[in-house]
Amino acid sequence: MSGPRYRAAGAELLIVEPLDLFTAVFHRPSGMTHLLTEPAPQILEVLAGEALTADALLARLSQDYELGDAAGEGAAMLQARLEELEAAGLIDAR
Amino acid sequence: MKHHVTLRVGPVGFRIGSDWRDPIDAVTALYRDYPRADFADYTVRLEAASPIRRWFRPSIHIAGDYRLPEAAPLPLAQGLLAAELGMNLQMALGHRRHLLLHAAVVARDDRAMLMSGISGAGKSTLSLLLARRGWRFLGDEFALIDPLTGLACPFPRAISLKNESLSVIPPDSHTGPLLTGTPKGDIRHVAPDAPAIAGMDRPARPTLLVFPRFGFPSASRVLPPAEAFVRLTQASTNYVAMGEAGFRVLTRLRSQVPAIALDYPDGAAGVAAVEALWDAL
Repeated sequence: MSGPRYRAAGAELLIVEPLDLFTAVFHRPSGMTHLLTEPAPQILEVLAGEALTADALLARLSQDYELGDAAGEGAAMLQARLEELEAAGLIDAR
Repeated sequence: MKHHVTLRVGPVGFRIGSDWRDPIDAVTALYRDYPRADFADYTVRLEAASPIRRWFRPSIHIAGDYRLPEAAPLPLAQGLLAAELGMNLQMALGHRRHLLLHAAVVARDDRAMLMSGISGAGKSTLSLLLARRGWRFLGDEFALIDPLTGLACPFPRAISLKNESLSVIPPDSHTGPLLTGTPKGDIRHVAPDAPAIAGMDRPARPTLLVFPRFGFPSASRVLPPAEAFVRLTQASTNYVAMGEAGFRVLTRLRSQVPAIALDYPDGAAGVAAVEALWDAL
């Protein structure tokens, strides 16, 4: 299955501050501060290196994290996070 | 305006103008030991709410470089409070040179303790009591954090004590008049002591961050990083306006300074608790 490829906003646009369960991210273009919790910081980290489809991203994250059933709730959860991150300007889809 | 005074408090110069003489006399008396400002960063104007209100049931509308259109006017007898509120308003709405935290600040040996909380948390009372015990008073309303150095710049305005806290004012204090029936009850302003005024150009390094709550059984807990960060953003009146500089100041403050939530039942217990926290650093 194909779909858009997601990519994190450029490193020069973000200031990332890991806290504890949360990671604070300052988005320079909007001046907004976002408090992210798992798996959003991990998504940003993976997508900072390369643009991936949702399926490829899920496969990559599943190597290190328990994200649930890849064909079901895991994929749906990941899609929801991707949409939130895209709405915040922290990633874009092409 | 017909009457005015200039005033410098730490790094900020104010010009306070008024349609009436009384509020200016009250400010001048309370801040008698402060330097006059060479340059006014902010202007506060205490205006008659309408031309007739200059004479008939005189009523002060707080205006200035920055204003809140919906702010209720105050009676002329509360002119000093109007001037204080006007200065707070200019800072909260206009100041960009420092990150502002709603906090009282005291220091020992140029190391600062920031006590951040909402109105009623006991910031003013604790800072006055601590100043009487030898701490240097840097402010009871705003902590001014320099974005470049991370230091707390003194902003030692008059200390505002309300209602039950009025009893802690030492008898030898230099105070303003007792203002009764204000929107926040009875208020009296206390001029900071001589060391606070003499030291108002000497910044201090933030060393301990306390979030006090008055009127609760004694308890304290170390705040986890995310909670400390969120509380700091909530305590700042200009975090959004400061943009990236604000984010950098707060993340640095959060990472370098221990943050502790402190509940205390009364002033004496609060003073003992914060000094114990300080001594344990």
